[in-house]
Amino acid sequence: MPSSPVPEPAAARPVVDVRGLRTHLVTRWGTVKAVDGVSFQVAEGETLGLVGESGSGKSMTCLSLLRLVPRPAARILGGEVWLDGENLLTKSEREMRAIRGRRIGMILQDPMSSLNPVFSIGMQMREPVALYHRLRGRALTARAAELLAAVRIPAPAERLRAFPHQLSGGMRQRVVGAMAIAAPPRLLIADEPTTSLDLTIQAQYLGLLEELQDRHRLALVFVTHNLGIVARICDRVAVMYAGRIVEMGPVRRLFTRPAHPYTRALIESIPRLGARASRLTAVEGQPPDLAHLPAGCAFAPRCPSVMERCRVEAPPETVVEAGHVTRCWLEAPDGPPPPGAGPPG
Amino acid sequence: MLRFIGARLLQSLVALAIISVVVFALARATGDPLYLILPMSASPEDFENARRYLGLDRPYLEQYLSFVGRAVTGDFGNSLRARRPVSELIRERLPNSLRLAVFAMGVSLAMAFPLGVMAAVRKGTGLDRFAQVVSVLGQSLPTFWVAILLVEFVAGRLQWLPAGGIQGFSSYVLPGFTLGWFVVAGLMRLLRSGMLEVLDSEYVKLARVKGVGEGRVVWLHALKNALIPVITFAGIYFAILVTTAIVVETVFAWPGLGRLAYEGISSRDFPVIQAVVLTTAAIVAAVNLCVDCLYALIDPRIRYAR
Amino acid sequence: MPAEPGALTLPEVEPAVPAVAARRRLRLPLFPLAMILVFVAAALAAPLLPLPDPTAQSLRARFKPPAWAEGGSHEHLLGTDRLGRDLLSRIVWGARVSLAAGVVTVLVASAFGAAVGLAAGYYGGRIDALLMRITDATLSFPVILLALILAVTVGPSFTNVVVAIAVILWARYARVIRGQVLTLMQLDFVAQARLAGAGAWRIIMRHLLPNTLGTLLVLVTLQIGYVIIVEASLSFLGAGIPPPTPAWGSMIAEGRDVVTIAWWVSLFPGLAILLVVLAFNLLGDWLRDTFDPKLRQL
Repeated sequence: MPSSPVPEPAAARPVVDVRGLRTHLVTRWGTVKAVDGVSFQVAEGETLGLVGESGSGKSMTCLSLLRLVPRPAARILGGEVWLDGENLLTKSEREMRAIRGRRIGMILQDPMSSLNPVFSIGMQMREPVALYHRLRGRALTARAAELLAAVRIPAPAERLRAFPHQLSGGMRQRVVGAMAIAAPPRLLIADEPTTSLDLTIQAQYLGLLEELQDRHRLALVFVTHNLGIVARICDRVAVMYAGRIVEMGPVRRLFTRPAHPYTRALIESIPRLGARASRLTAVEGQPPDLAHLPAGCAFAPRCPSVMERCRVEAPPETVVEAGHVTRCWLEAPDGPPPPGAGPPG
Repeated sequence: MLRFIGARLLQSLVALAIISVVVFALARATGDPLYLILPMSASPEDFENARRYLGLDRPYLEQYLSFVGRAVTGDFGNSLRARRPVSELIRERLPNSLRLAVFAMGVSLAMAFPLGVMAAVRKGTGLDRFAQVVSVLGQSLPTFWVAILLVEFVAGRLQWLPAGGIQGFSSYVLPGFTLGWFVVAGLMRLLRSGMLEVLDSEYVKLARVKGVGEGRVVWLHALKNALIPVITFAGIYFAILVTTAIVVETVFAWPGLGRLAYEGISSRDFPVIQAVVLTTAAIVAAVNLCVDCLYALIDPRIRYAR
Repeated sequence: MPAEPGALTLPEVEPAVPAVAARRRLRLPLFPLAMILVFVAAALAAPLLPLPDPTAQSLRARFKPPAWAEGGSHEHLLGTDRLGRDLLSRIVWGARVSLAAGVVTVLVASAFGAAVGLAAGYYGGRIDALLMRITDATLSFPVILLALILAVTVGPSFTNVVVAIAVILWARYARVIRGQVLTLMQLDFVAQARLAGAGAWRIIMRHLLPNTLGTLLVLVTLQIGYVIIVEASLSFLGAGIPPPTPAWGSMIAEGRDVVTIAWWVSLFPGLAILLVVLAFNLLGDWLRDTFDPKLRQL
């Protein structure tokens, strides 16, 4: 569902509204602008896909929303993160702790390592439920079993006594999902939840996520590098590159009329059955060295439509159409490029 | 689980058997004890009599078998020097050694845990650096030297604590600290590196994502995982404490197993030597067994491995 | 701008061995290396140094305090002991003993232990089980007791100390190397070597051993300090290097009774032990952090 540019009444205010988020990471190769002025909104019941290569800043953005960036190396430098009208970046650590899990839930990527191996599933399920709902004893266990049932885990009461290593990857990821919606939260962040699952299980899991989202009217941020998944469950997509969102808009639009060369290259690189292509195309060039980004547009070194201007100045966010924005000089509204810039190439 | 314990028990027994053979051979190799026991004026006949009386003239295999046979029932024969049953000597001395080892271990754990965990949580700060200094020093200081200096300065000049013997609780302090010092160093560094690794894990991240308080994240979620190698080494260190107490016992005049061994060796007292080594080895084996069981209790992956 | 080799897209994931980073990170452990160098040089050059004879006794010069204390003199920088022997000289000569004991013992133990570990890991099965039984039994044997027994049996000597310690120390190496070999055996290159028809000896010497050398080096360095302390403990108990050869442990034992009036006799040898062992431990730590952080548990 595209978000409309007309000011909304509070009831239809987006659940999460990120403005100009900036997070820097200090490494031994230099300071990396992991999240460099990222802005987006997600409404209730809406799914925003966050797409990009590894290193584009997708995971760091999610961690920044929760204020769980790895310290002391990483620091959130600026911007605003509005969750239901409250700016999370101004909250104290104790307030954030109350928000984590309760109002924002997160599913991590690798189910084999996200569960604590030395504690039972029951303990790990009861802990958040006790925290959010102040339940105890039998009521607590009953609620934990209910949650497991909600994510379609068979024989939930017995599963509570099991340990993570006794469960398969798909099951573990469901448990993690159950924990994430235990509250239930307003926003659910799923960081590549199906990447480590078998293909056959992936589809089931996506279906489960959609069901949970419908039931609880969650705003869902779905991080992935797989455009196929994006096409399936996302309403809108934000494409990230080198810490910035280079294009964002409704799914259908991005697939049929991508505005940014990077998005275009990503879509073209998806092998299509039946299409007569003699070779697979990939995105040209090397991933960027995040500690030493070039001046101007970060994608310029690899862009097939690069112009002189791109190497000098970073393009601002431009509106291509209602609900569809991009950062590219090709779409810039300020007239023809200055003289001296030749044809693309 | 029972099968697991049974297998480990069998292993320990085999190890003990090997050790018993070795110690039997070695004790015999220390030379003829009769020269130390009998007076100078003894005649060859006296030697023969003494030998027969003590059973030293029978073939080695027979001696070994009778030794093992009686050892299993706790009878280690009589001390050649003290003319008392060795088991009595051991019963007198062993508790002292055990108590000292337990005290030292307790002190070490009490110091190593907070230091190790906090050093990891506050990595890079002054506390961390202090902990690392403690750790490296602890493993580089020669215990007997520290013991001597402590006896001189703390017991001798300052008169804060007793210098030797067992005169109540305060006597445990100096030898206990001296013994336990290097255990603190080793365990603390193990805890620190284990915690550092665990604090970086995905499940700790998830615990934080769920909104669990930081204290609980560190001391419950993280620590239980970091404990596993620590427990193994704690067992090893305890065994080391019991077996190398000989030096500390000498400096502090502590009436324990170590000194008994020393006396036994210098007077070529076979039964004593054999008994002490076997007892020590049995303690080590028992501790290792307990450690393995504890290990299985903490890490469910091992419990349900079969 | 082409990405630098080894540079990452997102430094959340550590690269294997980043060439650029390694160059910037290499900080040599100067203090330990310098300390070891000083002691080794002093030990090797002892006969050539302008020091008094370590065994020369002089009743007149008994219990002289160090040069900076009252009653001291420049003749005996660190003072003298009960028999008037110069402490500094004895410490320098004692370094020869300790360092030699440490190095020789560790080399012998590591050679044997590595051999056992390699064999156990490579052959596996019953050979492995048997070797590990023996290794475990050995590990639980108390070193000092064994050394004491040997000392009383055959008489205290340098060889006995080395033998007594090495006979038990090898088990440590065997365990660790075996673990490493087990991991290496899972890798493809061993299977490939087998397919190419390589025999056991070749595989062990050419493929397995070189990959364990790093671990061995770290272990060896870390153990030298331990051996030096054990040797000193033995000398302290009278079961180590016999007099008149100066040994740090026996020097401490000699000074024990007079520590109230002549604290320097026990203090300085102990300080020497501390410095040397500290240096080796620090060096070993640095080696381990550089080459094989997985050995953290040692």
